[in-house]
Amino acid sequence: MAETNKELLLLSIFKRNPIGLLVLGVCSALAVTGQMTTAFVMSICVTLVVAFSSLTISIVRFQIPSSVRIGIQITVIATLVILVDQILKAFYFELSKQLSIYVGLIITNCIVMGRAEGFAMSNPPIPSFIDGIGNGLGYGFILMSVAFIRELFGSGSLFGFEVLPLTTNGGWYVRNGLLVLPASAFFLIALIIWILRTVDPEQQEKN
Amino acid sequence: MAEESAAKPFYSVLILAFVCSALVAGAAVGLRPLQDANRLQDQKKNILYAAGLYEQDKSIEELFAPVETRIIELASGLYIPKDQIAPESYNQVKAALTESSGLPLSNMDDIARLRRIEKYSLVYLVKKDRRIEQIVLPVRGKGLWSTMYAYVALDIDLTTIRGVSFYEHGETPGLGGEIVNPKWQDGWRGKMLYTPAGKMDLKIVKGKAAESGDQAPYQIDGLSGATLTANGVNNLMEFWFGDHGYKPYFNQLKR
Repeated sequence: MAETNKELLLLSIFKRNPIGLLVLGVCSALAVTGQMTTAFVMSICVTLVVAFSSLTISIVRFQIPSSVRIGIQITVIATLVILVDQILKAFYFELSKQLSIYVGLIITNCIVMGRAEGFAMSNPPIPSFIDGIGNGLGYGFILMSVAFIRELFGSGSLFGFEVLPLTTNGGWYVRNGLLVLPASAFFLIALIIWILRTVDPEQQEKN
Repeated sequence: MAEESAAKPFYSVLILAFVCSALVAGAAVGLRPLQDANRLQDQKKNILYAAGLYEQDKSIEELFAPVETRIIELASGLYIPKDQIAPESYNQVKAALTESSGLPLSNMDDIARLRRIEKYSLVYLVKKDRRIEQIVLPVRGKGLWSTMYAYVALDIDLTTIRGVSFYEHGETPGLGGEIVNPKWQDGWRGKMLYTPAGKMDLKIVKGKAAESGDQAPYQIDGLSGATLTANGVNNLMEFWFGDHGYKPYFNQLKR
């Protein structure tokens, strides 16, 4: 690999963002972006899981028979996700209640699988680990941007702190009902992809 | 990639499965006490919240000290001795689904759309100077999308509501999900369940509840855009404070 570790990290955040360029992992991005807090925790969980699954798979990559490699990748990922879920339940109960099923859904998050199969299987452990962190952060970056807009205009708050007092709480701000619903993340993600590709035309697909 | 013999996939998968299952099982067993403690803590917090006793900066154990947990038989309304069923480990929702500890509900009776109801229910008695001050009762029922769970705290007159806390639901965020809004829940305080004639009359109305008049104590502010969730809440209140719910228990207490 010609890229240095630093390049690997930064490229995954902007230049080949897993959501922006690869359009992977959109499903969970819809579900957890209603609030900044849940989006933040989800980003951390995904970053940890991608990084460590890439690391593990890269370490044992010469031992993995290619006929069963997908199964092995999924088992490693599932194990890590269950560990994260158990730890959340034990130490951050309130958050685990909000994230509930979405933590389990990290297993099927295409980014994790995609990095394991696309990068970690053919690269040494350290770059794989960094690539995992980069992709997790790239995912987190989009997640946080979407959650920022959704929480601010949908619920009038940021990280749970009231910014725009809602009419339902006696304030003046009429919440935007669409932004509270998961479907609104579709529009926001599409807008972000549009911006990313306008700023950096290299990301545009050739016809 | 390494050279492959026919057996290699088998033993590499076996080794992996063994290592992974050991890790997962270790974490699950090792962290269980902490997780159970969290769950219990959360439940106590919701009970305290319904009773209006929750304070953020005090420990939940300390606040929960005046609360006594008992089990009643729903059909007769009688207390069940603690040595028969231990309240600490009794799971009410699970009990409803078990053959021996739950009963099917007929369509006619099943207002809250629960399908089955448990024979025994938990009740929480909030005491002050050894006398019961409030009774906190668990209720649940179907809303638009999901089963909603709540605690209702009643005054010792068995009809004035001291508070409610809806703590688990899967209703639409921003619409039906507003049942967890503390502002709305505050509107329940001081409302009445039963008319002097003993009829369960409490309802969520459309729009604002009446400020004064005969009907005022029996009306709760509507939730705009959440008619079906509100219907669900009405139904679950009607069910749990009717003959299949806590009414026999209230009759026992009045004696």
